[in-house]
Amino acid sequence: MNGRMAFPPWATALMLLALAAFVVLVVLSIRRNRGFRRTLFSFPYSLWIVVFTIIPLLLIGYYAFTDRMGQFTLDNFKTFWDSNFEMNKQLTQLGFDPAALGSARGTVNVDTLVYSLWMALACTLICLLIGYPAALFMADRNFRLGSTLVILFIIPMWMNFLLRTIAWMSLLEDNGLINTLLKALGLPKAQLMYNSQAVLLGMVYNYLPFMVFPIYNSLSKQDRRLTEASMDLGANPALTFLKVTMPLSLPGVVSGITMVFMPSVTTFFIPRVLGGGNTEMFGDLIERTFLSADNWNVGSALSLIMMVLILLSLSLLRKVDPEGEGGSMI
Amino acid sequence: MQERPRLINLENVSKEYDGVTVLSDINLYIRKNEFVTLLGPSGCGKTTTLRIIGGFEKPTAGRVIFDGEDITQLPPYRRRVNTVFQKYALFPHLNVSENIAFGLKVARRPADEIKAKVEKMLALVNLREYGKRGVESLSGGQQQRVAIARALVNEPEVLLLDEPLAALDLKLRQEMQLELKRMQQMLGITFIFVTHDQEEALTMSDIIVVMKDGLIQQIGTPKDVYDEPRSAFVANFIGESNIIRGTMLKDELVRFCGADFPCVDKGFGENAPVDVLIRPEDLQIVGEGEGRLAGVVRSVLFKGVHYEMIIDAHETRFKVHSTVMQPEGSTVGLDVIPFNIHIMRPMPAEALKDTEGAESA
Repeated sequence: MNGRMAFPPWATALMLLALAAFVVLVVLSIRRNRGFRRTLFSFPYSLWIVVFTIIPLLLIGYYAFTDRMGQFTLDNFKTFWDSNFEMNKQLTQLGFDPAALGSARGTVNVDTLVYSLWMALACTLICLLIGYPAALFMADRNFRLGSTLVILFIIPMWMNFLLRTIAWMSLLEDNGLINTLLKALGLPKAQLMYNSQAVLLGMVYNYLPFMVFPIYNSLSKQDRRLTEASMDLGANPALTFLKVTMPLSLPGVVSGITMVFMPSVTTFFIPRVLGGGNTEMFGDLIERTFLSADNWNVGSALSLIMMVLILLSLSLLRKVDPEGEGGSMI
Repeated sequence: MQERPRLINLENVSKEYDGVTVLSDINLYIRKNEFVTLLGPSGCGKTTTLRIIGGFEKPTAGRVIFDGEDITQLPPYRRRVNTVFQKYALFPHLNVSENIAFGLKVARRPADEIKAKVEKMLALVNLREYGKRGVESLSGGQQQRVAIARALVNEPEVLLLDEPLAALDLKLRQEMQLELKRMQQMLGITFIFVTHDQEEALTMSDIIVVMKDGLIQQIGTPKDVYDEPRSAFVANFIGESNIIRGTMLKDELVRFCGADFPCVDKGFGENAPVDVLIRPEDLQIVGEGEGRLAGVVRSVLFKGVHYEMIIDAHETRFKVHSTVMQPEGSTVGLDVIPFNIHIMRPMPAEALKDTEGAESA
């Protein structure tokens, strides 16, 4: 990291202030002894949130609206909109006309964002379509393999997510397991990797449990008597599902959608491993901007845009399910 | 009671769960417009019987006949019965009106008919102002009424009630007992009611079916099962009782506690061992030296309407209810008129012990 990217002094000051406030509050609550325990126990969490969430958020905001010299600027957002913005600016300063030099507006960043949103939507939808029936089976008390299914979904989660993704590589590679099998059967080789489908497969594979378990949870805690009551009132099993089981599982669905959509949009690593260089997603772009391009300012601006988009989509969900578990994730 | 057509017939119904017998060979018929109560301690099979009638359980053996038609294999949604569930099972995602309208909507009735019927039901259960309320904001008694309205709005031929009053407090429970009885008489629907509360059963029923360990012990009117219990179990479970080992000397004469008592029962043979049942309120306290038995008052409890006294006589402990108090330790005479002595075939000792546990449960 180069020296220009050092913490701004106010951030350091804030952290010190939080620490000081923490000590003072602990001392005060011990002295006063009133509501001593409860307050005291909440301090570590408050401190944690302040130091590791609030201050970093403020820092992102700070970097997003300043340039490398710490001056206020909106250029970082312009760079999001026009990925050639900085280059064109330098060309203009040197007295050239960027358009004449063939350097036009570039929308690579916007395209990446749209692609990421699209992939995240597709991933969420596929997870929902696979996950809901799976959760139904798992929650069905008459289905004896239900608990086995639960364990089958949990076991892969014991492995690291990077490992799981790399494992898919060895399956899908040109000389991977599937192609070796195809070859042994005398079938032509298939191009399974380095495309959007492979990335989508990796995402669905990794995020499916986050869809299944909230839905499973809301289904399995449903009072069994409610389905009996519905049948008693004349509704056949299909109608009972539509009018009772499904509506009552909506909070779980909303929760599942949130838990899949959020990490999906910010997915990184999976596109790089399974998609090669062809399918960069927004998470990778942010990572690249921070680490490879060493540009914290533009990186922060991109992160901010991402956060705003996620908050917007979550508040949309909240409208669907005002009191649901998903809405409270915000 | 006038003879009414039989609506439901359980024929040799048995039910096993994983090899454990819950119901064994139940035979029971229920007439139209009757208020029938299945009464017994927990685990006696009363709820299972109800669930078999409702279609939620399939019997391991036997048949369920409804209006002359075998419905044993029919799923619940094809049966002309509705259930009021224990703890109500109201739909939490629907408001009061929507809960009540559920069955009509499923049956695709026209909207204006649904609206009119729901309004009528809300009025019937005194919840006119509550249509738009969420069910979880209601009190237990109100939820209870919604559950009843939700079932009754479908105009079932039979209403099944699975301990519907168990969660209510005493005052509310008594009000709902009368309310249910009123509705049953007004609507002319057959009610099958499950409870472990003998008082509830006596108050509401036309017919009481006393069950124990998956077997029917006795079927009869409340007066029958109270006055003429067929076994010590029934006697103990319904009301309080003194059950004494005795010997039937001959028809209409029984000996217990070393004294001979004229009674009204016959047909037990001569010198046959029997159980003698005397209700606590039927024992008369007479002056010292009078009466057939002499006893010492061991304890006195004030119970409101009467005093409950424990009186030891001839090594037997009697429970006596009387409005006149006798001081503890005093010696009194005890007597009982022939009509109030009830003779039963004897029960094995351990079975008698069983019933005491059940009563307190």
